[in-house]
Parts: sequence; structure tokens; C-alpha cells
Amino acid sequence: MSYQPKKILFDPIVDNNPVILQVLGICSALAVTSKLSTTITMCIALTVVTACSNAAISLVRNHTPSSIRIIVQMTIISSLVIVTDQFIKAYAFSISKDLSVFVGLIITNCIVMGRAEAYAMKHPPFPSFLDGLGNGLGYSALLMAIGVFRELFGSGSLFGYPILPLDRDGGWYVPNGLLLLPPSAFFLIGMIIWVVRSWKPAQVEQPEYKIYHAPRPEVAS
Amino acid sequence: MKRYFDRLRPLFAKGGQYEKYYPVFEMVDGFFYSSSETTHHAPHVRDGIDLKRLMVYVVVALIPCILWSWFNTGYQANLALAKMGVAKTGWRYDLLTALHIGFDAGSILANTVHGFLYFLPIYLTTLIVGGIWETIFSTVRQKEINEGFLVTSMLFTLTLPPNMPLWMVAIGITFGVVLGKEIFGGTGKNFLNPALTGRAFLFFAYPAEISGDRVWVAVDGYSGATALSLGKVGGVEEIIRGGMTWWNAFIGLIPGSMGETSTLACLLGAAFLIYTRVASWRIIVGCFLGMVGASLLFNVIGSETNPMVAMPWYWHLVVGGFAFATVFMATDPVSAAMTSAGRWVFGLLIGAMTVLIRVANPAFPEGVMLVILFANVFAPLIDFAIIQLNIRRRLRRHVRA
Repeated sequence: MSYQPKKILFDPIVDNNPVILQVLGICSALAVTSKLSTTITMCIALTVVTACSNAAISLVRNHTPSSIRIIVQMTIISSLVIVTDQFIKAYAFSISKDLSVFVGLIITNCIVMGRAEAYAMKHPPFPSFLDGLGNGLGYSALLMAIGVFRELFGSGSLFGYPILPLDRDGGWYVPNGLLLLPPSAFFLIGMIIWVVRSWKPAQVEQPEYKIYHAPRPEVAS
Repeated sequence: MKRYFDRLRPLFAKGGQYEKYYPVFEMVDGFFYSSSETTHHAPHVRDGIDLKRLMVYVVVALIPCILWSWFNTGYQANLALAKMGVAKTGWRYDLLTALHIGFDAGSILANTVHGFLYFLPIYLTTLIVGGIWETIFSTVRQKEINEGFLVTSMLFTLTLPPNMPLWMVAIGITFGVVLGKEIFGGTGKNFLNPALTGRAFLFFAYPAEISGDRVWVAVDGYSGATALSLGKVGGVEEIIRGGMTWWNAFIGLIPGSMGETSTLACLLGAAFLIYTRVASWRIIVGCFLGMVGASLLFNVIGSETNPMVAMPWYWHLVVGGFAFATVFMATDPVSAAMTSAGRWVFGLLIGAMTVLIRVANPAFPEGVMLVILFANVFAPLIDFAIIQLNIRRRLRRHVRA
């Protein structure tokens, strides 16, 4: 397989999106997307962690016995997550409060572990770094789309700045309360998956089974 | 006109100029004349009856509820107007005055027409917006448009409060039809009741317009609590103090969603549906027994702080949307359980959980909508368990023999 840095970086954004195609990282996608400011912080944190952990794990991949590789990966990832978490706490305390445990939970985010296990263990550090970056960006692209939709139509603002004047402040827009609840992200992700798969039919999964059509009984006439 | 349609038909038939729009043609044609074809496959596996007849039966069963919704919506509005004595404005007022019908809460005609004027815009919005979605999906999928939506639109309208803004109605029915039904393949493949899905969406998206005390009477600024929210405050005594008697609630002279107030009208519909075997009596009886059982249980447990615990079962029957939802929503043949024993379980689950939510959950005064959606989700699991039990029982019998 030839080395194509561009493909490694941009493939995960649409063609192989970790959330849309592999349906990973859903829980944080539900939890942090009600406001754009938390969404973008989470996206940056996850992208940084995935990229750096991929690079670091790839560096030690030839020295890691396969029986303890998960523990080694976890150690690297959790150290990075702790650093990120402390960093956010130091420089953006209020956002870190909004995000609560979800930065810490990047450790358990399937995307980070999945890329480490599936890609970084088999590839050199720089492509691994790009792969982590690309997957982080793919995750970010989807989360940002959901975040924009949810904040714009759920509270009529973006990054906290009012865009649509709310009816309770004398404007015309009645906010949609469902979009502030986590399940709405489920609907949105589902609809985005629907759209993407209609656009790129290659992503449609094989049906697990076929509906059996019974032969129509002959009616004696 | 019939000849006109027949002349048009080849244009839409296979190979014709407008082949793509055949479903649209079929719908219009079928609306005016009965279709020349009958349903080829049963819409849901276990029922061979023609889909068109089935859906028309449900609409017929809904007629008492619809008529009552017109009367009661107008009655409540006229009562409130009389009480408040404020100047009336808006197109409904102009029209009613122009027709010399007036606002007398004692006149059946005035009430019915007034209520109808609230029902009609909501119903038309539902029908048009939902119809557009149905048409789009049928056209893309090359399927017939069928009458299922007629029932959905009717049910959806009847579960809404009369003053619902029309654009919310449009969004709600869009959500119900697209996400509740079409995503899963259209009529017969939806595992949720589309009307309830739409209503649940509105309930969470715009709680101010569909819950609380201010929305149930179709007059701005008039607060008319539903029986259930009164019950939350002080149990049955509070409901009676609010001016409602059991008979009032049974007949339906209380504020509430348009179609759900009258238990009597629902029972008439239920009798018709059971007689024609469109609805499963097992589900209806199961709901009823589950509700009675759960409320008796709560009565026995008793509570110092929660007045709803003491509410007897015959009150649970007549307040809120229990009767309407049991008869028309829970029995939806597509999303309910399919096996006979499964239908018992399904019904009992709905009845018992409705009471549980009404009594134990302070956030929602009425729970029957959420409970039915919940039971819809569980229906395949219930059926699976029943079928597995059946298989195991037969295996054992086989070994013994």
C-alpha cells in the first residue's frame, strides 16, 4: 500500500467518518453538543488526544509485547487526557465545568482506542499522527454540525451570541426544547447518516437478513 | 369525471409520460372512486383484511370523538369567554358573528361551530403537510399512497390542544410521519405510532404550548387546568372543587386535548372497533385491567403526601387521555404486539404504567402517550418471548407424547 498522507488525513472526514460510518464516540456526541462552545472544546481535546496518542503508541509499537498492549495504550492515552483536562481547567474553567466528566471520558472514547489498536499499532508514527488527526477532525466535523443545529434552533444563538431573537425576549423565534435534550442528537446523527448514505451508497451496510416473501397461495377458482 | 380519470390513467401507467407520479394519481383517483385494485399484500403480516376498509373503519369509530371534540372545544371556549367577558377578536369571532351564531355556551350549534373552527385549521395543516410528506416518499419509492395516513392525521389532530400554533402542528406531523413511519419503510413497517411520535416531539420541543394549565381552553390568557393537573394538587377532592363531576368527566365536559376528553365517545368507538374486529379487545381489556390493578395497588399502599395515590380507578378511567389512547392508539395493529398472549401483556403494561406515571412522576401529569410509545418499543420483545414460550411448551408436549 502506497503512502498517501492526504488520503490518510481526509478520508476519515467523509468517506470513513468514525461517527457516521463506524458509529463510534456516540455518547460524547450526545452529551456535549447542546452548546457550541463546549462542542468545539471537546472536539479540539479529542483531536489532540487522538493525534498525539496515535503518534506515541506508534513510536513504541515495536517494543510493546502484544499481551500487555492494551495497558500500554491506556497508560499513554490517559496521561494525554489528564494533561488535556488540566489544560482546559487552567485556561477555560467555565467550559471545563460545563463539560464535566466528558473530557476525562475521552479515555474510554472508542475512537481513540480504536485508532490506536487498528492503525497506530501497525503503522509508523507520522502516518499514525495524521490518521489520529483525521479521525479527530472527522469526529469534530460531525459534532460541529450537530452543535450548530442544536444551539441555533434549541436556544437561538451560536457561541452564546443570540442569532434568532427569542419570543420570550420579544423576538419571533420559539426555541425548540427537544434540541436541548440529549436524545435530539440521536435523531440528528441518524438523519445525517441517512443523508450521507444516500449520497454515498457505498457506505450502506449489507442487510443482515432478507425478508422472506412467501409464495402467494393459489386460489382455487 | 370518472371518464376523465380513466382517460388520464394511461399517462400515469407504466411507460406513460408521468409514470413517476402514479402514486399521486392513484391517491386522487382512489379518493374520488374506489380503486380498481385491492391491496395486494396484507399491510401487516397477520391480517388479511383490505387495508382501505380497515382504515375507514377506524375513521368511522373516531366519528363520536371528532364530533365531541368540536362541541367540547367550543363549549369550553364559550364558557371561558362568558366568564372573562373580554372583547373577542380574530377571524373566528368575525365569522361567527357574520353567521349570527354567537357565543352562547348553552347552544349546541354555537359550541359545535366554534369548536369546529378550531379543529379545522389544525386538521387541514396536518393533512396537507403530512400528505405532502407521504406523497414525496411514495413517489420516490414507487408505492401507493394509502389510507393509513388519514387515520394518523385524525388521531394526531385529536390529541392536540385547540390553541396549538399551526406551524408547530406542521413540524409535529412532519416528525411523526418522517421519523415515526417513513424512515422505517412506510405504512405497516413502523414500530412506533406515528401520531404519538409527532405528539411526543411537540411535547418535548414546545412544552409551553402543549402542557400546563393555560393551553387547554381555546381562549388566550384563560387558565383552565385539566383534571389531572388538579388531581396532582389535591386528588379527587380538588378535581371536584374545580367544578368537575365524574359524569362530566365521563361525558367529556372538561378541558383537555381536543379529542380525548370524552370517555363515552371513546367507548362508542371501542365498541365499533371491537365489533368489526379492527382493534384487539385483548389490548383494550388488558389496558383497563392494568390500570385498575395498578390504581387499586396504589390505593392500598396509600400516601400522606401524594394525593394522586388515593385516586380510585374509575377516576383514572375518565380523566386525561387514557380512554382515547387505549382505544385508538394502543390498538394500532402495526405497532402493537401481534400474538394473543402478547397483546394481554402489552395492554397490562400500558395500563399499569400509565397509572404509575400519573401517580409517581411529578414532572408529567399525564403519561399515557409516553407509555404507549414505550410499549410499542417493547412489543417485538413481548412477541418474541411469547413465541419462544410457545415453542418450548410444544417441544415439551412433543417429548411426552
